[in-house]
Amino acid sequence: MNSVSQLDQVKTGPWNGGRSPWSVEYGKIMMWFFLLSDAFTFSSLLIYYGAQRFSKLTWPDPDLVFQSVPGFANSGYPLVFVGIMTFILIISSVTMVMAVEAGHRRSKKEVIAWLVATIIFGFMFLGCQALEWSHLHHEGFWWGQIPSTEELKHLFDGPVSLVAAQQFANLFFTITGFHGFHVFSGVMINVIILIMTINGTFEKRGHYLMVEKVGLYWHFVDLVWVFVFTFFYLV
Amino acid sequence: MSEHAHTTEEHGHDDHAGMNKAKIWKVAGILSLITAIEFIIALWAIPGGHIPQHIGNYIYIALTLLKAFYIVAYFMHLKFEKLGLQLSLTVSFIFIIYFIVLMLIEGNFLNLHMLNH
Repeated sequence: MNSVSQLDQVKTGPWNGGRSPWSVEYGKIMMWFFLLSDAFTFSSLLIYYGAQRFSKLTWPDPDLVFQSVPGFANSGYPLVFVGIMTFILIISSVTMVMAVEAGHRRSKKEVIAWLVATIIFGFMFLGCQALEWSHLHHEGFWWGQIPSTEELKHLFDGPVSLVAAQQFANLFFTITGFHGFHVFSGVMINVIILIMTINGTFEKRGHYLMVEKVGLYWHFVDLVWVFVFTFFYLV
Repeated sequence: MSEHAHTTEEHGHDDHAGMNKAKIWKVAGILSLITAIEFIIALWAIPGGHIPQHIGNYIYIALTLLKAFYIVAYFMHLKFEKLGLQLSLTVSFIFIIYFIVLMLIEGNFLNLHMLNH
């Protein structure tokens, strides 16, 4: 008989601890499942928005509400400003994948450069978001606050609904606010890993997996924006 | 410990096989192109009467899901992960689909209710 006890036998199967079944590092799996739960939160918000919109007979027309380009024109350019914002976020996602890709090659200099670019685009997006918010706020929209009926007539395609306008305002600020908060957190985390990269923490560790994990988070923020963009600005 | 290091290394190798700079730019181009198509629909096709609004909405949603696929599959690298991880992260959305159907039916009912009053 084998003198090795059952407990001492080396396990080799993927699902009994022998080897990693997904061959993904622990922290990365946790990031994935955090993002899954976050996706559920954003889904709930957007689904509530959809249910509200379905229940109302009229709704503010996005082409009429969002038609200013701050610093350029006050009206007449629907989708232009949000188009710029969308493009900024897509580009920032690209620079983030570039940082991850440079991390695989353990090229510290390139990781630093791409992270700096990502942070700059992140701040640019937040700046645009702030301009968008202040523009809507000047028009009279806020949580629990809408413009006068006379002004709302210019923002509706059909008859004006005060309840619909209020729901639109509440949900717009809540959902873009929650998304903006995610972008802000993402930028802060990016700053932290930038400092860690400069300090050589990942170089000493021998891998840049942390950049990949933060990258996942950053792409998720971009992903959510794709949906917010569609359901608030296009549909 | 050595087992773990090996796993990471192996994973790193997979990554190299999955994405390179040319592919990243290609995906970025596709994402920009899809966004451009959405703009064309929003600024030309629907106002010009070439596509009715409700058809346009379906196209927007289809294009949005396509963009989501490209971001998750290539930028977030899910396409190159093991099937088990892919399934656990995607099949869960069956709850969301159910929730969407549920809430939109509810919203529709309230809409009809408002019409009748």
